Amino acid sequence: MGGGVGVSTTSVLGGVVKRREDPALIRGTGLYVDDLQLPGMLHVAFVRSPYAHARVVSVDASDAEAMDGVRAVYTAGDVAHLGDLVAQVPVGKVRPLLAGDKVNHLGEAVAMVVADTRYGARDAADAVDVEYDPLDPVIDLKEAASDAALVHDDMESNVLLAWEGGPWGDEEGIAATQQTIADAKAQDDTVSVSIEAVNQRLLPMPMEPRSVVADWNVGYGRFTVHSSTQIAHALAGGIAQTFGLSLTDVRCIAPEVGGGFGCKLNVYNDEILVCFASQQLGRPVKFTETRRDAAGSTIHGRGWVATATITGTRDGQILGYELDGIADMGAYSQNFTVAIPFLGLFVGAGQYEFPTHWKVACVHTHTMTTDAYRGAGRPEAAYYLERAIDAFAREIGVDPADVRRKNFIPAEKFPGAATHIGFPMDTGDYETNLDALLETAGYEDLKAERDRMRAEGRLVGLGLATYVEVCGFGPSALVDLGFSWASYKIPSGFNGSGLVRVQADGTASVIIGTGPSGQGHQTTWAQIVSNQLGIPVENIRVSHGDTAESPLGIGTFGSRSAAVDGSATYEAANKVRSKAADLAAHLLEASADDIVFADGGAHVAGSPDQQVSWSDIATLAYQPHRLPEGMEGGLEAHAVFSPGNATWPFGSHLALVEVDGDTGDVKLLRYIAMDDCGNVINPMIVDGQIHGGLAQGIGQAMFEDGDYEADGNLLKWSFVEYPLPTSADLPSFELHRTVTPTDINPLGVKGIGEAGTIGSAQTVVNAVVDALSPLGVTHVDMPLRPKRVWAAIQAAKTNGSVS
Amino acid sequence: MHVSLTVNGQRAVTDVEPRTLLVHLLREELGLTGTHVGCDTSYCGACTVILDGKTVKSCTMLAVQAQGAEVTTIEGLAANGDLHPVQEGFWERHGLQCGFCTPGMIMSAVGLLSENGSPSEGEIRHGLEGNLCRCTGYHNIVRAVEYAAAKMRGEEPPAPEWEEGSA
Ligand code: FES
Ligand code: FES
Repeated sequence: MGGGVGVSTTSVLGGVVKRREDPALIRGTGLYVDDLQLPGMLHVAFVRSPYAHARVVSVDASDAEAMDGVRAVYTAGDVAHLGDLVAQVPVGKVRPLLAGDKVNHLGEAVAMVVADTRYGARDAADAVDVEYDPLDPVIDLKEAASDAALVHDDMESNVLLAWEGGPWGDEEGIAATQQTIADAKAQDDTVSVSIEAVNQRLLPMPMEPRSVVADWNVGYGRFTVHSSTQIAHALAGGIAQTFGLSLTDVRCIAPEVGGGFGCKLNVYNDEILVCFASQQLGRPVKFTETRRDAAGSTIHGRGWVATATITGTRDGQILGYELDGIADMGAYSQNFTVAIPFLGLFVGAGQYEFPTHWKVACVHTHTMTTDAYRGAGRPEAAYYLERAIDAFAREIGVDPADVRRKNFIPAEKFPGAATHIGFPMDTGDYETNLDALLETAGYEDLKAERDRMRAEGRLVGLGLATYVEVCGFGPSALVDLGFSWASYKIPSGFNGSGLVRVQADGTASVIIGTGPSGQGHQTTWAQIVSNQLGIPVENIRVSHGDTAESPLGIGTFGSRSAAVDGSATYEAANKVRSKAADLAAHLLEASADDIVFADGGAHVAGSPDQQVSWSDIATLAYQPHRLPEGMEGGLEAHAVFSPGNATWPFGSHLALVEVDGDTGDVKLLRYIAMDDCGNVINPMIVDGQIHGGLAQGIGQAMFEDGDYEADGNLLKWSFVEYPLPTSADLPSFELHRTVTPTDINPLGVKGIGEAGTIGSAQTVVNAVVDALSPLGVTHVDMPLRPKRVWAAIQAAKTNGSVS
Repeated sequence: MHVSLTVNGQRAVTDVEPRTLLVHLLREELGLTGTHVGCDTSYCGACTVILDGKTVKSCTMLAVQAQGAEVTTIEGLAANGDLHPVQEGFWERHGLQCGFCTPGMIMSAVGLLSENGSPSEGEIRHGLEGNLCRCTGYHNIVRAVEYAAAKMRGEEPPAPEWEEGSA
């Protein structure tokens, strides 16, 4: 949709181009991994633990092995020589490929069955007889943090580390911040308000289950692996590392990826194990998750409990924010696991400037691993902060918008502003963004409307929240903080890469180091290159996801692809443009400085009638004998972009809800978002990313709950028990934006993949708490399903706090 | 077991295990991989096809139950290669991102519009409730169906929400 009120909507590219990837996808001709059938391909099913915590007494596969079409059954001992799963941040207990003498979460793989058919593999897995000796699980986070019982008896504590700031890593500085806040609390004229809230565990659930096909060619000594992954290069590296191969001995291909949201940003044990089986059996081997596998054995997200406290004066000046929390890592670390809350620490104080002490401890429990799920640490951080600010505003009786405005980092502080942990931020103008939201939404009218409906006895609420996000990872120097991909044989930092090749007929191939899982890279990247070269978008083909051809890139996650790999491609296109100018100058007998690119070719400034086409230019490039001395043939360039920082998008959201007092049913009536992701390359795609992000944040607020039972059971095996929002659950969204470009990259783009999710759960919960506030309700935990909301209403009524 | 049916206008005769699901027959025997599998509980709608004029989730049926039926899958929707208005609507209004739910979503929308040519937003939202999408938040799926409905009525589709322009 259009821009906000009185704000600029100009951008470097900024036009809507219909997606280049869609014709295949709407005709059903896109290739997803499970579509692949290779000659002689075998199928895998896993035998998984039905217990959260148990000793594995014995595994008897003899019945399974005797079944028709069963090729092999593998257990931990067969793969012990391969070591544990690769992990980028291997803190705590790293996942073994298969469970050995103990299982540590429900769904943990104990054995792998390989058979001729999908159905046959499943039958044989059911025939494997595993004897377990069940043990008590550690599930509750506070209990885990207390070390009353250990998750892994060879570790000294369940607590792996705590992320604390600010500033980060400066004990004296932290102590000083704590003292400042304690002093503020001791003042007579201050108020402290706390809420303890659960940020429940979520199941990522992309619609495409993960799928992988490995094919070992013994003659070439090479793996070809198709996988539904967000990180093809890291997967290739992880396989190479595990099997002692070189990076050139593993080719990974991520074809169409049917959604990822972070859960395909891990190398999984099944991806390594199908490689092993293919090598052993000399046949291609496929594993495709069932939805049940996905629920229990693909990473989860969130899973925090924390207490958030705001201290401030009665006029809304905030003097201190404290967050004290525990984050669930699950039983094993995988790719990023303990690093996820670290991302929350970065944005712990959001858009605001006040002393902040933020501490979240990471603990093991007997549950599935948590890792990056859309937003990854940042939604949790924003949730607690924005819930607490609302609680404070309510307590002092000041409009929540005014409290926020009073405490913003002022626009004048940019450039040069830093987060509460001392990390520099790029650009920001929070007040303009909030004012644009309030004006566009008609905030004062909405409040009057709410009050009018309230007077009729209806439970109507308005919820506001702001966020600042850190994304576009970068900076390259994260390597020096220990975040590199060295354990995947890629000692690379958070860079991006792109290669632009003008073909002999004047069309262009763009090959990028990253790859999409629905974000439309084929279109956006074509726009970037078209913008620099003047080659029409329809003559540009973008390819990605094949490590044999694409330059090294670390993948699409953390809203980083456009900012980092997009910028690399922009720079590669500029290199091509510069060489093409030399070539055109030679053809036109002019100086390269006078060459103008326009209308699908080039001409000398002032003489547009003497145009050479891109095919003329490319033809010359590929006939090097015609070139002037010293000029090389060919017309392509590669660039690596090394970002100097992450990017810091921001925004503010507003929701209007009505609660049915008799049933507890929550209706989301309106959702209005004012996001600022810097420059926009394709507004249609950016809006689409926000829509999807909102649905996932609203999903957490209202529907989704991936928490385990106290006994370690996970009763969330299907979409019946784990309801995703449906089309009937959501309204149409009202999107607007302000544009504050970043100076971190030449495109001025920040990233938009996660913003919708980071901004929305607290917006909805704030609205529902506002709706129930006349009853005296100050807090309800997510998800706000009718039963829970109804119970909160009843509790408030029995407490007699009805006003 | 022997099963013969018509898929996208072509007769298909094959032998399957009695327990083979229709979706697996389509995908693995006939190579029509545009129909997807997104769940094990007949809930997500990724596998939706049109069978004898009605939309069905092809994971809820055994292949042998489709004996003699006429099935249309996503691959058969574009008559003579021209996109069906619903396909066109999804492209024009950015009704898809990863594309995994899309074939099922499109088939359900075709079914919905065959029963109600002028659905309201609420009717579209309720009509597609059985098809899950994790990417789009459904916003642009609704716009896509509104586009297609207008096209099929011979009317000008509502303008897109973004300013039209080219890069
Ligand atoms: S695969 Fe048929 S409904 Fe999900
Ligand atoms: S477009 Fe990805 S699930 Fe719908």
